[in-house]
Amino acid sequence: MADERLSLPVEDPDRGSPGDGPDRSMELARRTELRRQLPGVEPDRRLTDWGRSERVEGVMDRLLFDFFYNYWFRCEVEGIENVPADGGALLVSNHSGALPPDAAMIAKAIKEEHPRPRPLNLTVEHFFKGFPGFSMLVPKIGGVAAHPANVQRLLFDEQQLVLVFPEGRKGTEKLYRNRYKLRRFGRGGFVEAAMRAQVPIVPVCVVGAEEAQPIFAHLGLLQKLTGMIYAPVTPTFPHFGPLGMLGYLPAKFKIRFLEPIPFEEEGMHEDRSLVQTYAHEVRARIQENLLEMVAERESVWFG
Amino acid sequence: MSAGELVPSGSKRILITGLSTYWGGRLAQALEQRPEIETVIGVDSKDPTRELERTEFVRVGTEHALLRRVVMAAEIDTVVDTRLIVDSTVAPARDAHENNVIGTMNILAACSGSDSPVRKFVLKSSAHYYGAEQDDPGYFTEEMRRPHPPQTGIERDILEAERAVSDFERKNDAVRVTKLRCTHVLGPDVKTSHTKLLSLPLVPMILGFDPRYQFVHEDDVVAALAHTVHNDLPGVFNVAGDGVLAFTEVVGLLGKTYLPVLPPVGTGLAAAVARRLGIEIPPETLNLLRFGRAIDNRRLKATGFAYRYTTRETVSRLGEYLRLHPILRDAAQPYRYEEEVEEFLRWSPSVRDSGDRGQPRLNPRQLVELQKAVVTGAPSVARFKPAIDALGGYDDLAEDELVAMLDSLEADQLSQLHAHERAGAARSAVLEAIEETLARSG
Repeated sequence: MADERLSLPVEDPDRGSPGDGPDRSMELARRTELRRQLPGVEPDRRLTDWGRSERVEGVMDRLLFDFFYNYWFRCEVEGIENVPADGGALLVSNHSGALPPDAAMIAKAIKEEHPRPRPLNLTVEHFFKGFPGFSMLVPKIGGVAAHPANVQRLLFDEQQLVLVFPEGRKGTEKLYRNRYKLRRFGRGGFVEAAMRAQVPIVPVCVVGAEEAQPIFAHLGLLQKLTGMIYAPVTPTFPHFGPLGMLGYLPAKFKIRFLEPIPFEEEGMHEDRSLVQTYAHEVRARIQENLLEMVAERESVWFG
Repeated sequence: MSAGELVPSGSKRILITGLSTYWGGRLAQALEQRPEIETVIGVDSKDPTRELERTEFVRVGTEHALLRRVVMAAEIDTVVDTRLIVDSTVAPARDAHENNVIGTMNILAACSGSDSPVRKFVLKSSAHYYGAEQDDPGYFTEEMRRPHPPQTGIERDILEAERAVSDFERKNDAVRVTKLRCTHVLGPDVKTSHTKLLSLPLVPMILGFDPRYQFVHEDDVVAALAHTVHNDLPGVFNVAGDGVLAFTEVVGLLGKTYLPVLPPVGTGLAAAVARRLGIEIPPETLNLLRFGRAIDNRRLKATGFAYRYTTRETVSRLGEYLRLHPILRDAAQPYRYEEEVEEFLRWSPSVRDSGDRGQPRLNPRQLVELQKAVVTGAPSVARFKPAIDALGGYDDLAEDELVAMLDSLEADQLSQLHAHERAGAARSAVLEAIEETLARSG
């Protein structure tokens, strides 16, 4: 569901060209000043400015996530201490499943296991805004459109946690036989976003999501007829109707948070080769840990 | 930019284009209260809709030749253009286009040129500049452009007007240009398609969508306009209250019920049907009701501007007003502009009580003289006694002072002055200048 276009440059004539020192410090001063001007929190409100609703989240949690997390997927979490307790951080994870359960499980893991639970913002591809109903629900449970400006505001200005799936749609539509083989990590936009916001990247590995909802084939005609981004054949879809999209098999979930990669230095995002190097580095770390976790796993269903 | 770096502007002589629009009138009222503002002149093709004290109203539309004469004669240093139509329910599309595109062009023409006294131009624009689309960012900042070309006439007009102003800025280095992009305004006084929509007992929504909405209070918009007049803030600034609400939250705050009756497919058609039934949903808000829009208001706040109301407070205020309105409906008399009365009060020598204006009234000629005296520092107060001999005061003036004030005189005064000068001092430079001015105006 996430997006790979995070590298889309925001048109910004005020930003200095790479390498000129005084301009850059002025730019930083300007950004810090703007951060001070963020609107305060109005305590009577039930929604945040992004449209997130604790009430709706609570309902979804009790109805679905709690059950899936504790009883269906029986999530096991490693390295939760790698998620910083304060300040912004960009969580980068592998992505799979036709209607991917991994995002909700990672958010739930932070809520359940972290000593200082924090809301996690999920970047979701823009198309969600065009679907009636879906467009109401997604922001309420913490979904934010994957736009570079949104990620920058959340990470730098609001110092929040953001989860991205650099594989994007290519990750969710991959077939069962390609499981646990990471797709291309976009164009490195996620690294650029973290560097621009000067926040660390926390790589996340999820094992189990591939088996929870394997995709065997794609139905091109159905996709064209419904206008969905893809129409997969899963164990329960399409023959059980739209609700079949929620038909997950009870695979055992393991979530591993890896060591954060810090990007404190300023102006790193302007160096394309550095961005690409780190993008490969993050991808390699996740791939390596995934393979290790799969190798250790004795059973798909019992872990 | 921080609050400490605020540059108080040298804006003293203000021209407001669109005085009879809601914003023009409100701004004029706000500027009148400030003693450091010397002159407020408002132009419009219609009568003013607000009661004004010392603002002078000139009935000129957007004819640039006439406007230019006003600008030059009054030595206007700041032009505030409040005239843009940003709501297609206010005027027919053709009138809106004429006003927004051609009108802006003419006003800019009247202010440009190397001999123009204008040093600052403020445009009240709209957040419709950014549009509302599926792939929008959560907050538009001032540097961003809309990702897709506009679909509605009003949005095209706004883009075109802004482009004309940017072009003007490029060509006139001496003029500092400020653009304020305001989001939807709510308030007890202002009438927009959104106040109308939210006044309905049941507020229509598009089924399955709950867009993010931002509002700004009418007083904050006036204050922001005045803020850009009092301080030099070249550039673009978003104007919107703090906080972003979901549309359902807005309707809830107003104590109303939302009705998701507009279908997600064929919304335009349904809106056309609703229009027939008297529920006006303009085409530029259809996308807003689907995707919503929020703009980043921090740049203006960083210049030291403080909003009085957040988005939520703005909506609550409107809610209070809507509950009170049926009770207070006919209490206040609407203001009517009476030209003759205004003229009499302003210029008649018989008016002795200066009333709430609190300053002595002078006729135009005396005002010109007073101003010259202030500039040159001559303490000849005696000159301004109402019983002054028609032309006697001019003898004290130096040549160049006399020449400088010729533009402000009428033709018959000029010829009188000409005769007076010839009979008296007969300075050749003055005589020539008078003849020249006469030839120009004749």
